Amino acid sequence: MNAPGPSGKNAPGPSENPSTSVPPSRTEPPMAQTEPRLAGRDLTLAYDRRTIAEGLTVDVPDRSFTVVVGPNACGKSTLLRALSRTLKPVAGQVLLDGRSIATLPAKQVARTLGLLPQSSIAPDGITVAELVSRGRYPHQGVLRQWSTEDERVVAEAMADTGVAELADRPVDELSGGQRQRVWIAMALAQQTPLLLLDEPTTYLDIAHQVEVLDLCARLHREQGRTLVAVLHDLNQAARYATHLVALRDGKLVAAGPPGEVVTAELVEEVFRLPCRVIPDPETGTPLVVPAANRRAPASAGA
Amino acid sequence: MKTLRVARFSVRYRPRALAVCTGTLAVAAAVAVLALGRGDYPIAPGEVVRALLGNGGAAEDFVVNQLRLPRVVTALLVGAALALAGALFQTLVRNPLGSPDVLGFTQGAATGALLVVVAGGSSAALAGGAVAGGLVTGALIHALAWRGGVQGARLVLVGIGTAAILTGVNGYLLTRTQLMDAARAVLWLTGSLDGRGWEQARPLALALAVLVPLVLLACGPALRALELGDDAASGLGVHPERLRTVLLGAAVLLASLAAAAAGPVNFLALTAPQLARRITRSPGPNLAASMCTGAALLVTADFAAQHLFGERQLPVGVVTGVLGGGYLLWLLATQRRAGRL
Repeated sequence: MNAPGPSGKNAPGPSENPSTSVPPSRTEPPMAQTEPRLAGRDLTLAYDRRTIAEGLTVDVPDRSFTVVVGPNACGKSTLLRALSRTLKPVAGQVLLDGRSIATLPAKQVARTLGLLPQSSIAPDGITVAELVSRGRYPHQGVLRQWSTEDERVVAEAMADTGVAELADRPVDELSGGQRQRVWIAMALAQQTPLLLLDEPTTYLDIAHQVEVLDLCARLHREQGRTLVAVLHDLNQAARYATHLVALRDGKLVAAGPPGEVVTAELVEEVFRLPCRVIPDPETGTPLVVPAANRRAPASAGA
Repeated sequence: MKTLRVARFSVRYRPRALAVCTGTLAVAAAVAVLALGRGDYPIAPGEVVRALLGNGGAAEDFVVNQLRLPRVVTALLVGAALALAGALFQTLVRNPLGSPDVLGFTQGAATGALLVVVAGGSSAALAGGAVAGGLVTGALIHALAWRGGVQGARLVLVGIGTAAILTGVNGYLLTRTQLMDAARAVLWLTGSLDGRGWEQARPLALALAVLVPLVLLACGPALRALELGDDAASGLGVHPERLRTVLLGAAVLLASLAAAAAGPVNFLALTAPQLARRITRSPGPNLAASMCTGAALLVTADFAAQHLFGERQLPVGVVTGVLGGGYLLWLLATQRRAGRL
């Protein structure tokens, strides 16, 4: 249980195909060369007395777009909360630049690592520009409330996310997709090399989901930021991620590039979903197509 | 938003909020001058100002600076303290009903004061009892609402429950007092600035001098981050629980000291921040604007209570209830017509 690295062998996988379900890519040691800037070591995560994960070790490769996937209640968001220091692990530690994140000053962490939580609240009547400017908090002091640097970074963050023309609009009047871009702009204004996003596409329609993910991919590609996102949609994860982390029941089942990790066996093991994996006709990344089983005759006829 | 920069230092402000602060302070100053002039020995506003600046005649100086000023200053300080406490509570529990009189802190202060009355203590002891009662109630509510952290809704519910119990306790305590004491206690319970001297104003002034910079400058930006939710605040480098505990403590202290000075002045802590919010039209805690509004509101209410009802002087708490409540209802009604709450 305490062995570092993938612990897929411990997962209660389907007993029909015990050995074939382990592709070779999953046994490679993750990031053996250098320590990544952000990593979780032997984490035990719990709310009150309900344990979500035990002995979980996860690396976030530098400059990767890491996506965490897994079934509902597998501990994806909990892991992200631990990595962002929002949740204190019961045991184990999160390392940021080689030091335990719990020992670092909160403002210093907030200058290195940004978080886009699921449960943010926009105060009544706040404008886009004002909300984005609150992302500058970790860079401000009592007597240095708004430097020219703050102003420049906020303008840049709004331009990067395409909300500059909405600057003076109240946030509560915006559409869901626009609002999510505003929150991302706020996280960008924090100017952190690492950015964690907790289900950034939830509650958005598919066009806005793609819009937000394209934005994330661009931030990763053009600005060299390390992104960690929790996503529900496995196909979106496979398309956008450079590094995929698959969890089940609080355990790491697989980690690696989507092209190597996403196989029919893995999807079956992680999601209990029989499926086929074919190349995405647009991008060539793995595309998961659920099998038309069980009620096959009825749906096949249609 | 405008920015003022001097060398490496910079301050950010909203012109409208600044105008509101200036305007309400001007109103407060004007009413204060009027209040200092009215009474059995009327003094013209010009004379009042001269006396305040130390250039008045001996009689004016005595009446203005010795007799009437303590009451006016106490009104201004109590108004500012209650409004700041109310603005903090409302922001921290994310509920416009979060004010010390709804959450039970004021009732706790009253219990403390009544215990002193029953024991036959002096006025100074009564004020001390009020502060102790408020602080003990604050600690109790915080402990009862604690569940790995304090959540707004839970704090409001625990507070309302505590307020109900303490109201009952206070009623019981009133029946245990002598008739004379009971009359004094009831007057205190309605909130009154009658006969306030420097000894009431001084502790409050001291507390404001310490707590206002702490709350506005040191905790203000963090409080604005906390408004975005605990997770977002923690992502920005704020400790949500630590900040909440510090600010709740400051708010309870302010409310208790205000109650000690003037009794539980009704409704002001609830109204002033809501008024300030609507006049400044800006999101956020609006702490400074709330304080200025509260000071203006209470000094006006006290002036009205003293002089608008002929021979009968009303306790100021009655007037704040009517004045503040009425204005708030009017604002809500006009804003509902304009399509926003």
